[in-house]
Amino acid sequence: MTTLLDVRDVSKRFTMGGIFGRKTVDAVMDANFSLSAENPEIFTIIGESGSGKTTLARMILGLEDPSEGEILFRGKKVSRHGGRAEKLAFMSQVQPVFQNPFEAFNPLKKIERYLESTARRFLQTSDKAAIDRAMDEALQKVGLSLKEVRGRFPHEMSGGQLQRCAIARALIPNPPLLIADEPVSMVDASLRMSIVNLLKSLRDDLKVSVIYITHDLATAYYISNRLIIMQRGRIVEMGDARTVLDNPQHPYSKLLKASVLSTDDAGDGKLATDPGMVKAAGDLVGQAGELVAKPDGREVRVYG
Amino acid sequence: MAEDIVKVEGLKAYYQMNYFGVSREVRAVDGITMTVRKGEVYGIAGESSSGKTSFIKVLAAAIRPPLKVVEGSVKFDFKNGPIDVATATPKQIEAVRWKHLSYIMQGSMSVLNPVRRIGRTFHDFAARPMGLTGKAFEDRVIAHLARLKLPPEVLKAYPHELSGGMRQRVTIGLATVCHPEFIIADEPTTALDVVVQKEVLSLIRDIQKEMNAAVVFVTHDMSVHANVADRVGIIYAGRLVEEGPTRDMFFAPKHPYTAHLVASLPRIGDVKQRPALEGRPPNLADPPQGCRFHPRCPLAVDKCRQEVPPLEQVGPDHRTACWRWQDVKPLVNASAPSGVMA
Repeated sequence: MTTLLDVRDVSKRFTMGGIFGRKTVDAVMDANFSLSAENPEIFTIIGESGSGKTTLARMILGLEDPSEGEILFRGKKVSRHGGRAEKLAFMSQVQPVFQNPFEAFNPLKKIERYLESTARRFLQTSDKAAIDRAMDEALQKVGLSLKEVRGRFPHEMSGGQLQRCAIARALIPNPPLLIADEPVSMVDASLRMSIVNLLKSLRDDLKVSVIYITHDLATAYYISNRLIIMQRGRIVEMGDARTVLDNPQHPYSKLLKASVLSTDDAGDGKLATDPGMVKAAGDLVGQAGELVAKPDGREVRVYG
Repeated sequence: MAEDIVKVEGLKAYYQMNYFGVSREVRAVDGITMTVRKGEVYGIAGESSSGKTSFIKVLAAAIRPPLKVVEGSVKFDFKNGPIDVATATPKQIEAVRWKHLSYIMQGSMSVLNPVRRIGRTFHDFAARPMGLTGKAFEDRVIAHLARLKLPPEVLKAYPHELSGGMRQRVTIGLATVCHPEFIIADEPTTALDVVVQKEVLSLIRDIQKEMNAAVVFVTHDMSVHANVADRVGIIYAGRLVEEGPTRDMFFAPKHPYTAHLVASLPRIGDVKQRPALEGRPPNLADPPQGCRFHPRCPLAVDKCRQEVPPLEQVGPDHRTACWRWQDVKPLVNASAPSGVMA
């Protein structure tokens, strides 16, 4: 088995403030996981805002350097530094999809311009026909076509369609890994499922691995193979998505699951969260503990 | 049954633009009739570009060109007298704004002025409607913040120093400090994560109960409506297509769009492929003939393509605008157990 992505003991510490009153914030602490190259999967990172999930994604994308540890992509170290050609080669392998499609596209330019510049860059050609073909292929993969998109501006598309275009753009260089940072949180509920189903078909049909970052447990359960749950920079639970979410063991994972709004008792107005649960989860912030493997294959952080 | 706080009748609000001799009309709100009762939470759902934001702009009396009320009325019945915000003068609106009619806005980061301390923002918003100054004002604000579980120190803080959940609680505080009778909440929790979202929602609910205010709660997330709203109204392409008690809307929807919205909610415990609604909301500058949902509707027949269905009573408190409402079946089994292993 070869590994596609290997995240080894990665930590990231940010320093805030000037020479006086300097503060450090540990955004990610000792993250460890790997993705295999043979079995494409949807690997989900769940956590609240400020839990370090976006920082982790930025490090995998090579936009930030880890303070400690290293990230290997196909055996090569991911780094913010390095030559232009090397970076381009890396970027054609790992592509991002961002949260808000309305912000990802320049509102003053036609959508195809964004796709075109990506195609020109990664195919390293200025042959119009080849670029068009690459764009059309990528759009076909997300259920659109160049004919539908050509000549349109971002405001002429719905959020769901625009997010599809953003995914199509990421697919132009045929990357084996997509990093999707909350790709559905800005998309309407009625269109959300079409994006989620799309990610699923990318994995099943095109063999693309996806790192899916979200705080929505329901979609995570629906599409992911494995997941990690992060609390303030630490991975607190990790394992098969359904094993973990059906029966979470860490207090924070339990709190997350309990906070999902259910529609089973629609109209009853039940909203209270058990304060004991919030406290149990909150007390563990800042404690190191260690990840311990359980018999069902998951790893849970326990505190000594 | 409680009295109505607001009565909207046949409201049509269009964006009318006229540039270089070319006029364009976007029918964002096209004939909405509904009421909100005193002390209830009324949820409005709809996707972006369905006209829900334009509708609440009219409700909030923020009608500015190019948005224009073409027809209909929005009559509020406040303690200091009735007012029709569709025709009221700016002075009359000034008299009710914030004191009787307030607004919890989306995106707490862009609502709060980043270069002003929270205390100053409170002063800007609420000092005039409350008619208090200095120490008396500050005491009232601090007492109110305590109710929202915010320490008095936040008044000295800048918005970026607070977390997302705290900022959102500050905006709720801003909107409720004058004890308004009618609050509009526009996607107040969309940007928050699940744990904080639940906290903020229960806070809105508590404070609404305490003040006995009516809340119009706008969000596209049906699971939020399920837990917060007493009644839900669905807006599609500028029209109210269904409205009813929350329970009925989830377990016995009578409009195919509602049925779809409810069914598309993923939940923990299911692994089946969820159907996604194809197509996109119609362009409001050129809406389709007949029922506006027909191009995406699985039940559409010829009649739907030609005639606009009226909003008719189909049960206690339940209205729908569909020619074939008898045939609409809920798409999910409501009592499906969650947590089933695949």
